[in-house]
Amino acid sequence: MTAVIGKPIKRFEDDKLIRGLGQYVEDLKLPKMVYAVFVRSQVAHAEIKVNADQARAEEGVVAVITGEDIEGKVGKNFTAWIVPNSNQVGAEISSRPLLACRKVKYVGEPIAMVIAESKERAFDVAELVEVEYKELPAVASIENAIREDAPLVHEQMQSNIALKWQIKNGDVDRIFSESDRVIRQKIYINRAAPVPIEPRACIADYNFSNGKLTLWVTSQNPHIHRFYIANVLGIPEQKVRVIAPDVGGGFGAKIDIYNEELLACYASMILKRPVKWVETRSEHFVASLHGRDFLVDVEFAVMSDGKVRAIRGNSYANMGAYLGTVSPGVASVLHGLILPGPYAIEAFDYTTHAVFTNTMILDADRGAGRPEAIFVLERMMDLIADELGIDPLELRKRNYLPSGENIQTVTGLSYDSLDFSKVLSKFGEVSDYEILREKQKKARQEGRFLGIGVVSSIDICGFAPSPVVGAVGLQAGQWESAAVRFHPTGKITVLTGTHSHGQGGDTTYAQIVSEILGVPLDSIEVLHGDTDMIPMGWGTYGSRGTSTGGSAVYRAAEKVREKGRIIAAHVLNSKPEEIEFENGEYFLKSDPQKKITIQEVALHANVGWNLPEGVEPGLEAQSFFDPPNFTYPFGIHLCVVEVKPDTGEVEIQKYVAVDDAGKIINPMLAEAQIHGGVVHGIGHAMFENIAYTDDGQILTGSFNEYALPKAHFIPRIESYFTETPSPANPIGAKGIGEEGAIAAQIAVANAIIDALKPFGVKHLDGPYTPARIWKAIRGNLAKV
Amino acid sequence: MIPAPFEYYKANSTDEALKLIRDFGEEAKFLAGGQSLIPMMKVRFARPTKLIDISKVQELRYISLDGDYIKIGGLTTHRELEKSSIIIEKIPVLAHCAHEIADIQIRNVGTIGGSLAHADPSADYPPVVLALNAVIVAKSIAQEREIPINDFFLEAFTAELRPDELLVEIKIPVMKPNEKAAYIKIGHPATGFSVVNCAVKITLDKEKIEKARVAFGGFVTVPYLDEKVGEFLIGKPANIDTITQASELVAEGREVIGDYYADADYRRHLAKSVFVRVMKKALEI
Repeated sequence: MTAVIGKPIKRFEDDKLIRGLGQYVEDLKLPKMVYAVFVRSQVAHAEIKVNADQARAEEGVVAVITGEDIEGKVGKNFTAWIVPNSNQVGAEISSRPLLACRKVKYVGEPIAMVIAESKERAFDVAELVEVEYKELPAVASIENAIREDAPLVHEQMQSNIALKWQIKNGDVDRIFSESDRVIRQKIYINRAAPVPIEPRACIADYNFSNGKLTLWVTSQNPHIHRFYIANVLGIPEQKVRVIAPDVGGGFGAKIDIYNEELLACYASMILKRPVKWVETRSEHFVASLHGRDFLVDVEFAVMSDGKVRAIRGNSYANMGAYLGTVSPGVASVLHGLILPGPYAIEAFDYTTHAVFTNTMILDADRGAGRPEAIFVLERMMDLIADELGIDPLELRKRNYLPSGENIQTVTGLSYDSLDFSKVLSKFGEVSDYEILREKQKKARQEGRFLGIGVVSSIDICGFAPSPVVGAVGLQAGQWESAAVRFHPTGKITVLTGTHSHGQGGDTTYAQIVSEILGVPLDSIEVLHGDTDMIPMGWGTYGSRGTSTGGSAVYRAAEKVREKGRIIAAHVLNSKPEEIEFENGEYFLKSDPQKKITIQEVALHANVGWNLPEGVEPGLEAQSFFDPPNFTYPFGIHLCVVEVKPDTGEVEIQKYVAVDDAGKIINPMLAEAQIHGGVVHGIGHAMFENIAYTDDGQILTGSFNEYALPKAHFIPRIESYFTETPSPANPIGAKGIGEEGAIAAQIAVANAIIDALKPFGVKHLDGPYTPARIWKAIRGNLAKV
Repeated sequence: MIPAPFEYYKANSTDEALKLIRDFGEEAKFLAGGQSLIPMMKVRFARPTKLIDISKVQELRYISLDGDYIKIGGLTTHRELEKSSIIIEKIPVLAHCAHEIADIQIRNVGTIGGSLAHADPSADYPPVVLALNAVIVAKSIAQEREIPINDFFLEAFTAELRPDELLVEIKIPVMKPNEKAAYIKIGHPATGFSVVNCAVKITLDKEKIEKARVAFGGFVTVPYLDEKVGEFLIGKPANIDTITQASELVAEGREVIGDYYADADYRRHLAKSVFVRVMKKALEI
């Protein structure tokens, strides 16, 4: 059998989804099921009085639950990340009440849960719940929230700062005083929404005969949902079953544990009926987490030759009104540690802040903290290149860390296997970079404005080892589990603690098992997303699926192979050390004709009639894999745009991505992840924007205003890979889910700003919409 | 989302539809393709208590050549217009305009009559039918009347149609050899609806512009025929200088709307740019 790892195999998952045969939460119906609709706050900050009498009296209404009804009866929805040495605000303030009680703190905050016999009734009756608002001063933007006299989101606090976490290494002040130049810029990365195709949904079903609660939910991490339900509602964890069936995309939006899901569980317990809730699209924009929204003020100490020596500055992340499941880490650890990127920096002093505002909660949106860091870094690198008159790519070359394994960074990270020379060499082959610069020069002479963005990026993936994760405050492990189980007929079931919601994990994991056990792909089924079926695991996010989850699968398959070797030796009257394994067959080294297939061994193991002494029946193994280091995929992306100065319109003419994600299991799926990520990044740069008014009203709260990139806005994306295997896991894989989004947002931004250079524009914050570009040009027209 | 409760009636003929609307009055709405009405009902911005479904009234679905006019039945879909060989031959700008609407799924269902009656100031048809000097035919159980297009668009989402009337036909003069027309829109990236759109129909007398109808939408609450620009063009040579000079007059004295995506300053400027592009496209210069 030839190698299966490295083959562009089509996804097994697609057939049913393309045929419309997927089973999403919305597709499920249970007997006696009732439907929930939420009444949400229309204002950003107010004292409220709720009157649900009329709604409760309506026909077809099962219950109307308000904040006062549940106060003291259920716990609050708390954050799972407590950043050490950060003065992070305590859970009594940062936790979300499941329903607002007496006060609302952001538009969209759930105030009442209306449960009716039909979805239609629930929507009608929700209009009858009266909410009286006595408005309070609100604050929506970071800049307003950090002012001395800012209205407080939480009156118990002295300011709106939820945490402050500093990373400091080296003699920063000395280096700054020694440097030739100091380049400083304030950079704002606007808010976005992850917007998966399938909004959130859940069905909670409490079985009062055995005290078991089952929740079907759109989750990227069902075991974390189980943990939260047990904690917030006080149910023993073994009495909670969480099932995440087909899930239509996550992008981070389905990591968090949300109030609606916990409330559905609570309602099912008191009503003794299944309770279903499906988020509407408009609701999604105010009720599912947002991302980005970082304000960063940095300065870089540089030498005339372009060498960057030190970085110092402050970042402020807009948390919204409460802390999300992992948002303190997004604002601090996941952002600050990677800010120096792939460059050799001598000294670093960077303080991250998390800021409360009267807006929807911020959390992990594809990349979570890292895209904002790389955006700032690579924006600065272009500013430096411009200031010093050095080509942007050349400037980066002068600053790269050396190639090799376990490369230490100024923030204390240890890059598992870095090799920019390899990526650069591939980039040189495929990008036509110098020719493009010539073309740009010529175009400018003709009055056409091309811009070229060339950026380096690096991601933190497979966020483990668990002891390190614990040390930086995540109240969880980040190892991953897998089980590989041979059935008597020689077919295989694989269980994984990760969750596939579009990535293609079922296919890649099958490829790993097929490679190790020499079995056909169609004899393997990968299962995930049911806590009663799957060993404890941590789900899928942070590009951890293949590097961590895949490695657990790899290890479990190896254990199966080795147990099989013992049984094969016994059946072949030999010793395990005399047995070779290849292409799914065990055979004697000395006599390859004496052989037995792994499927036959599986039958032996499963019937248990003829096993060596001391060997238990069954052919199944589990692995709990905790990697020794994070993985750090890296790459160089190039974007070419043409800007029409008259209207500010932007056309993306070329996009080239060269990425190193270590060993690639399935090049087609890896390319697909890059394509998806790049589209996501282009979207964030040019179209996607969650905007609030100063008093906290959302301006882009539906697809009427919030633009996702359409197919016709997207150029052909040229994606290439180099493979520098990671030493941090047996596969050598690094993760590929976020890299495209991280690199593309800044590649596009830098390209657009590069095109605007002849108009004197040095920096512009996004989103890069035609109107904003036109204004930037006009603001500088005098300089043309 | 779920619309507020409503009663549903299906009409099998124009007469049946008109009788129903006469009986129900203003609480009822016609449902044609439903591509605007249904989304508005789902978010409960629109709450008609009665819907009269006319989508299967086949007699209102036609495209025919009648002398100097093309007659289009109100229920003709955007897709039918886009693909119609008569339209492509006689009024190609209308086929292009229909093609610019949303996506194929929507064009397969949405109708020209429904779109015009909806009178969305950012929709594609208004500037095109204004430039083409179309005539709207509206019918009630009592009478049938013709409405010149200049009088048709009254306010945002309000057209010159009485509560008991149905838009049954659009009449558009066939293009003559010395007439040139074009349409361009700059769409909002979220919806495809126009931030600015512009259509022109230019009648040429050799090298000179004999007549010009220039119409805009998207940046104003009511799509309009820009008579200042039209008048300026008359008698001028059909060249870039003329276009540039005329562009200065675009939207002069008009109140321009703006929003978070594109404010009024930008839209006013964009309208001029789009006008220049449309003129160049129409005149092929």
